Amino acid sequence: MTCLPSHMDKRLGLVIDLDTCVGCQACVTACKEWNTGGHMAPLTDTDPYGGHVDGVWFNRVHSYEHTTEMGGRTVNFPRSCLHCETPACVTVCPTGASYKRASDGIVLIDESKCIGCKLCSWACPYGAREFDTDVGVMKKCTLCVDRIYNDNLAEGDRVPACVAACPTSARHFGDLGDPASAVSQLVAERGGVDLMPEMGYRPTNKYLPPRAHTQRAASVPAKALEPVKAEGGFLGWVDRMLSN
Amino acid sequence: MHPAFSVVFFTTATGAGYGLLALLGVLGATGFIAPGFWLGLAGMALSLGLISAGLLSSTGHLGRPERAWRAFSQWRSSWLSREGVASVATFIPAGLFGLGWVVFGRLDGWVAAAGLLAAVGAIVTVCMTGMIYASLKPIAQWHSPYTLPGYLIFSGMSGIVLLNALLAGFGLGTNRLLAASILLTLLGWGWKLATWRHNDQLEIPTTANTATGLAGGTVRSLEWPHTEENYLLKEMGFRIARKHSAKLRLITQVLAFGLPILLLIAGFALPWPLEAVAAALAAISQFAGMLVERWLFFAEAKHTVTLYYGR
Repeated sequence: MTCLPSHMDKRLGLVIDLDTCVGCQACVTACKEWNTGGHMAPLTDTDPYGGHVDGVWFNRVHSYEHTTEMGGRTVNFPRSCLHCETPACVTVCPTGASYKRASDGIVLIDESKCIGCKLCSWACPYGAREFDTDVGVMKKCTLCVDRIYNDNLAEGDRVPACVAACPTSARHFGDLGDPASAVSQLVAERGGVDLMPEMGYRPTNKYLPPRAHTQRAASVPAKALEPVKAEGGFLGWVDRMLSN
Repeated sequence: MHPAFSVVFFTTATGAGYGLLALLGVLGATGFIAPGFWLGLAGMALSLGLISAGLLSSTGHLGRPERAWRAFSQWRSSWLSREGVASVATFIPAGLFGLGWVVFGRLDGWVAAAGLLAAVGAIVTVCMTGMIYASLKPIAQWHSPYTLPGYLIFSGMSGIVLLNALLAGFGLGTNRLLAASILLTLLGWGWKLATWRHNDQLEIPTTANTATGLAGGTVRSLEWPHTEENYLLKEMGFRIARKHSAKLRLITQVLAFGLPILLLIAGFALPWPLEAVAAALAAISQFAGMLVERWLFFAEAKHTVTLYYGR
């Protein structure tokens, strides 16, 4: 049913640290690798080696230049489903294919019910849903529902593939409904934010803004090097020889 | 938003069809239209034909049209599902109304009741269509107080201009109907101009800053996650050049409002059958104009996901 659950036991989601994300795309490829054989498989690619590469991905990393009066900086920005508390993508679904689980808050699609009307992708302001033209149904991030409860995996591996792959630990997974959880503490400590809060979809995933600029990086204890001026005579000849 | 022809045609055709059905139902039930076999047949065929063609066309953009029946199940939360239920439910009184009119040759008693119910169903269905668009918060041009009344006004306008053409074709045109057609077309014109004005002055609170959670300053897209256009950009990143938009707005105004009004005014003076030709041309021109209007409705709508791509 596409009506939203009134109560959720847990609110599983991701916390993404924009300060430490280096934009390496490891989470993107790990996500694709796991999920093209997972719950929503396949993540079809069309013309993968041609001039019009296209395909379904659950996770995309953008790069932005954020310029303020403090200066500019590059921010790498992973974008995926935020598993909102009031997801319009679920309520607009005419068939009941989209649903939000009461047990953990994960937003999923039942592929066998999806008619591919694409309305859910119009209703999502974040671009989290991508249409699989080959299968004719909508696809989206499952929060690796087939990993996080998977008894066949070692306990430490029961996290979404993107979290497991991140080399800088910029991605964290946990219960954001529990204020005592590590992820909730992290959000509180670092001032984690919602994306597009004005839309009112109340995303579960939180983003940690880059840390404030500091003066530390600019102060170098060694003396600045003096400019070397080429001279004539013997030293000039040595300089020219060494410069070659 | 990408203007898929199946959806552009669907909303335009069903809008006109439901408008005509509602008018036939109300005017038939209240005695303004006398029962007649050929008029009934033509009227019902035109209205139900437009509605059916539109609904069939709408399944054209589905990825899995064979599962379309599932769309009737989620009426409790989904405007699209409600539209599906309302459109199918409307066929019941509309069918009975057509049966009574065409087969039994009467427009009183239960036939009148069926006509009124069909009119209610038609209006409700158009409201559901309007709400599908008006409820989408990520698209500011649609999530506006202009959308739902717009769908209702354009449906009534196309319906009455079609009805005028139909009655004029049978030599039953009246000056009152001509005047009403002109007034509704003027209302549609005014509403469209007001909608464009509203959209051109929109101040959208969602920016690249709120989209990325990066407060203050400017956020400029440095690099996309992919080199080619993906589903999001093909479906929701459709852009239309400002100069084309201006031209298409002009074409809409000429075809959907200006030319039909001139032809309808000419209808006051022209003898039959020229009056019928003018009325038919007005309806055809308006339908073509509304297709352009609906194309623009999609093409000029901007989805928030484009902010992630610096568009």
